[in-house]
Amino acid sequence: MAGIHIAEVSKVYAGGVKAVNSVSIDITDGEFIVLVGPSGCGKSTLLRMVAGLETISGGQVKIADRVVNNVEPADRDIAMVFQNYALYPHMTVYNNLAYGLKNRGTPKAEIDARVTEAARMLEITQYLDRKPRALSGGQRQRVAMGRAIVRKPAAFLFDEPLSNLDAKLRVSMRGEIKRLQRRLGTTSIYVTHDQLEAMTLADRLVVLNGGRIEQIGAPLEVYHAPASTFVASFIGSPAMNLVKGELHGDKLAIGPAMVGLNGFAPTSGTVTVGVRAEDIRIARADEEALPFRLEYAEELGAQRLIHGTVGDQQITAAVSPEIELAPDMQIAFDASRLHFFSVDTGKRLPGNLPAEAKLAPIEPVV
Amino acid sequence: MDTKRTTFNNRLLPYLLLAPQLAITLVFFIWPAAQAVKSSFEREDPFGFSTVFVGFTHYQRLLADPNYLDSLWRTAVFAVSVTVLAMVLGLAFAAAVDRLARSAKFYTTLLVWPYAVAPVVAGVLWWFLFNTSTGLLPYFLERFGIRWDHDLNGTHAMILIIIAAAWKQISYNFLFFLAGLQSVPQSLIEAAAIDGSGPVKRFFTISLPLLSPTTFFLFIINVNYTMFDTFPIVDATTGGGPAQATTTLVYKVYQDGYVGLNLGSSSAQSVLLMLIVMLLTFVQFRFVERRVQY
Repeated sequence: MAGIHIAEVSKVYAGGVKAVNSVSIDITDGEFIVLVGPSGCGKSTLLRMVAGLETISGGQVKIADRVVNNVEPADRDIAMVFQNYALYPHMTVYNNLAYGLKNRGTPKAEIDARVTEAARMLEITQYLDRKPRALSGGQRQRVAMGRAIVRKPAAFLFDEPLSNLDAKLRVSMRGEIKRLQRRLGTTSIYVTHDQLEAMTLADRLVVLNGGRIEQIGAPLEVYHAPASTFVASFIGSPAMNLVKGELHGDKLAIGPAMVGLNGFAPTSGTVTVGVRAEDIRIARADEEALPFRLEYAEELGAQRLIHGTVGDQQITAAVSPEIELAPDMQIAFDASRLHFFSVDTGKRLPGNLPAEAKLAPIEPVV
Repeated sequence: MDTKRTTFNNRLLPYLLLAPQLAITLVFFIWPAAQAVKSSFEREDPFGFSTVFVGFTHYQRLLADPNYLDSLWRTAVFAVSVTVLAMVLGLAFAAAVDRLARSAKFYTTLLVWPYAVAPVVAGVLWWFLFNTSTGLLPYFLERFGIRWDHDLNGTHAMILIIIAAAWKQISYNFLFFLAGLQSVPQSLIEAAAIDGSGPVKRFFTISLPLLSPTTFFLFIINVNYTMFDTFPIVDATTGGGPAQATTTLVYKVYQDGYVGLNLGSSSAQSVLLMLIVMLLTFVQFRFVERRVQY
């Protein structure tokens, strides 16, 4: 068990491409950290540098207070779960699990005990004599997990471990990974491009973009107070609506419409206004509203997503399926639910933290 | 397998499309082979005027002939040595090149060159290198107290053809092993590295087992190569000598048939050689393939 400290770590490839740019993350013992971002944001590179599979161009990685920059992967006391599982195809499941222990000269009786224990935990006991090719995707995934846990490492590293599974299996495996990590209390770093996976698994999210950290925070913090337009559009589905607005005193102009802000305006002038689809409602007759021209609707069962425009700006709103659709509708939102971002930098403007973000972080439930 | 099935509307067309290949196989392989089988049961006079059916006489004589049995033994030694040498070195070179990042292409090109050299030329090349009076290698060997003389020493002659034959085959094995090594998923190697296995151990516990289909394939190809295709090398270097020390089965077929004009016995030998290779291939598929990880 150990914390991982990543201090100003960079990766520069031959040719000068900066894949990771001065990233710092402090991970405490037992924490589940998810690195999330679009393809090419450097999340896998960062993970591989922690694992020792990539050299570190700059900065420092510490595992359990030991600088591991020049330590071989085998000696870093970590275990990794790969996207394609990387099971040894010529070995039985048992030998796949035992390989790492054998290499370290663990006594045979202990190997046997640990493999049996891991197999029982992952419910793969009846497959121990099989080769990986005789297993289904979900079973292979379990074996890959098993290979990580038999070693009892200081940290688990997950490199998009669920992306080769079908949607249903992904949801159930996601739950299992979370449960297993809670039970073992092992520090984990998990890389994914799936924001839903990131939200559900993480104790803390690290949103990466272009090799830099956009935001670090608990899932709800990141959801309710995104630090930039990038995070706002990346986290949450459907993506947060980002529209151009004009602040005139305490009033906000979006396209042709103008609404009051009840003192929530952080600044004045042109801003990017963010509003989540579920924070938009159909306007009551007596309130200030935005004229919404409906383009099409998507049925999600419990909700209905309506897509359309306000002026020339795209807006998506999540509304109750009971609401009757019309080509022209009136929409409204609470001013407290708005997010304001700088037009130039895309950064969140200070002084407009919505109420929810002030919630205490939710204690993890075992 | 989800290969596509093509359906032909015209019943004649598929046969027509296969015809050229079938014709070539028939004329150049099946027909001569059938001729060899036929003439192995016959005795022909030196001028080709009369032919007599003699049954299994040629086979009986061959199997009782110490010269033939010697040749069989020598061929076994030759085949095993060449196969082992060519495969081990091919694998070693492939493993070395696989670790290179930038210069891999350059070395690959160099290592493949010997394959482009005609067998006779390869034979002559090594014959020059080992030439008793002017060769480089005997000059150096002399310093170690070895008097190299493949013209008189049968063992030396055998070593010469083994080296020459293996040298040419290394390239072929190298290419296949390299392709095999490069198709081992990188993540497997990385997983093994995290599992605490060093480069050498990774090679023997991960890469090599995953190469077993390639190894199996190359084993069959190499054995067939030494049995049949090494004729030019023997012919250009030792000519089967000294005292038949390097007369392999395929060389004996040629000597008895074309030099000795004993067509019946020569045909019987080639039929036996064919049976031996068929048997070996069968045994390999039957028993070795079981241990192969596909």
